[in-house]
Amino acid sequence: MADSASNGAFVEFDRVQKSYDGETLVVKDLNLSLPKGEFLTMLGPSGSGKTTCLMMLAGFETATHGDIRLGGTSINNIPPHKRGIGMVFQNYALFPHMTIAENLSFPLEVRKMGKTEREEKILRALDMVEMGAFGGRRPSQLSGGQQQRVALARALVFEPELVLMDEPLGALDKQLREKMQFEITNLAHNLGITTVYVTHDQTEALTMSDRVAVFDDGRIQQLDPPDTLYEAPQNSFVAQFIGENNTLEGTVKELNNGLALIQLDDGELIDAMPVHESVKAGARTRVSIRPERVEYNKDRIQEGAHTLKAEVKEFIYMGDIFRTRLSVAGNDEFVIKTRNAPDVERLKPGQQIEIGWLPQDCRALDA
Amino acid sequence: MSALPPYATTGQRVWYYSFRVICGLIFFFLIAPIMVVIPLSFNAQDFFTFTKEMLSFDPEGYSLKHYRDFFGNPDWQDALWNSVKIAPAATLLSVSLGTLAAIGLSQPHVPFRRAIMATLISPMIVPLIISAAGMYFFYSRMGLAGTYWGVVLAHAALGIPFVIITVTATLVGFDHSLTRAAASMGANPVTTFYRIQMPLILPGVISGALFAFITSFDEVVVVIFVGSAKQQTLPWQMFTGLREQISPTILAVATILVAISIALLTTVELLRRRSERLRGMSPT
Repeated sequence: MADSASNGAFVEFDRVQKSYDGETLVVKDLNLSLPKGEFLTMLGPSGSGKTTCLMMLAGFETATHGDIRLGGTSINNIPPHKRGIGMVFQNYALFPHMTIAENLSFPLEVRKMGKTEREEKILRALDMVEMGAFGGRRPSQLSGGQQQRVALARALVFEPELVLMDEPLGALDKQLREKMQFEITNLAHNLGITTVYVTHDQTEALTMSDRVAVFDDGRIQQLDPPDTLYEAPQNSFVAQFIGENNTLEGTVKELNNGLALIQLDDGELIDAMPVHESVKAGARTRVSIRPERVEYNKDRIQEGAHTLKAEVKEFIYMGDIFRTRLSVAGNDEFVIKTRNAPDVERLKPGQQIEIGWLPQDCRALDA
Repeated sequence: MSALPPYATTGQRVWYYSFRVICGLIFFFLIAPIMVVIPLSFNAQDFFTFTKEMLSFDPEGYSLKHYRDFFGNPDWQDALWNSVKIAPAATLLSVSLGTLAAIGLSQPHVPFRRAIMATLISPMIVPLIISAAGMYFFYSRMGLAGTYWGVVLAHAALGIPFVIITVTATLVGFDHSLTRAAASMGANPVTTFYRIQMPLILPGVISGALFAFITSFDEVVVVIFVGSAKQQTLPWQMFTGLREQISPTILAVATILVAISIALLTTVELLRRRSERLRGMSPT
């Protein structure tokens, strides 16, 4: 992180701390830098400090310690209205006493822009979110999804280089949400704006972002592109928080050839990738396996896979996939997911089966 | 009005009708004294009672002579003029200070918020005669007693609690992310106040202003203490008229004041509805 300034970081958090009461730190030692044009998502449970970080960047909260830099210059002492950062709020925050066009005109008027130029930009911004015909309406006359589009257009109309979004899709229904995820990502990439997006919805984070920062307990637990985050979680929290995950607990017996031999609590010995730094001989560990990386069809279990006995507890038909709950090595909550295909066997509760997974899909993390 | 459901018991039926009778009686009790004044103000005689001609609806029994007296008599005209000079100035002062106080007190970080609020509202709770006496001694020391600005300040102090209460009530429903949104768009706090916050809390400000205006316009105790003959307002003149001259002209004045009050209330209500429509709070 230290050399990020030299390689052109656009937004930088440098050892930032935040405390509201002077005792407990809500944000502990945050270091983060993102280049121009990146779509970064801050993901985490509520109270993890992600919104506080966004508010510090917007200027509505002040950092207790550390430096926040925008384009290389510290913005700690710049009030929010002089930062030139666009923002989309969770409840949209459209001005109810103004029409849609007036809402969009507001940031341009405070910039003393001429009338013709304003009208041109308003129209372009509204067209961008397919709301061109709604300029004369009032916010209360629009649906949630439409208000969301207007809020987006209003944050973009003054052409900021950085846009912050605070759970902007939280109030929308699932379908609209998926559509808007796609539109926001496209818009951000086409316009080349840098975006910091806050959400607690991991699907949203995975589908929209270039990189995701997973927050917990005031720290970034992992900062990686979505695929790395999902496939190679660095600790138990990330593994549990992103996607569905199976956990088996055990003790590390030995490390060799880049693999850890782990004795599970029921005595079973398995191989796993030693990921977390705490994985050393004799240490307790948690082994994480993704549900879709587990196979039970004998023909599909790959060579080199580790096999275990399992008992089927529950079979759930979910349409595109089957979700089967198993009892594996003393864990009754072991879930596997199988794609619904003609040749896939539908398991029945009580059935005894053999499951298998590759050692590289099995990650030994912190206990 | 909901009709009685078919399964209503005798008790419910009795209550249904007696409830309406009680409401009517309360309404009558509140309105009757005012309603009596209005026809009496058109009395052709200098009496405070209904004459035989009036009761028989003889046009001879009615006249506008008390209204002519009000508009022709320099005493009344001076009083009217004083009221018209004092009330708007006091209202303006109450509204500016009261609104600022309400906004300040609505911030979460203000220390001793309740204590400050209680102090500012106290003129509404403390008996008027005590406020008046206190103001008299205080203003005398400051050289404000018997001056125009003394009366304006005293009336502003009485009006501020109303403004604080109505504006605070509107601020409860105010979404503070709107001011943040305005700031993120580059508006400085002053612009944000005038273009975003003020228009949205305007209904509260207006009704506060109305109360402050009426308070000043109707006030008699404080003005007698703090004011001098030069600041003799309409209510003061009415009080004097009642005590010294017993002229039915005060009935004409009372009628005019009632008319002004009704006009003000109607205006405010229309404004309030309009702004609620703009805020999208009720269907258009």
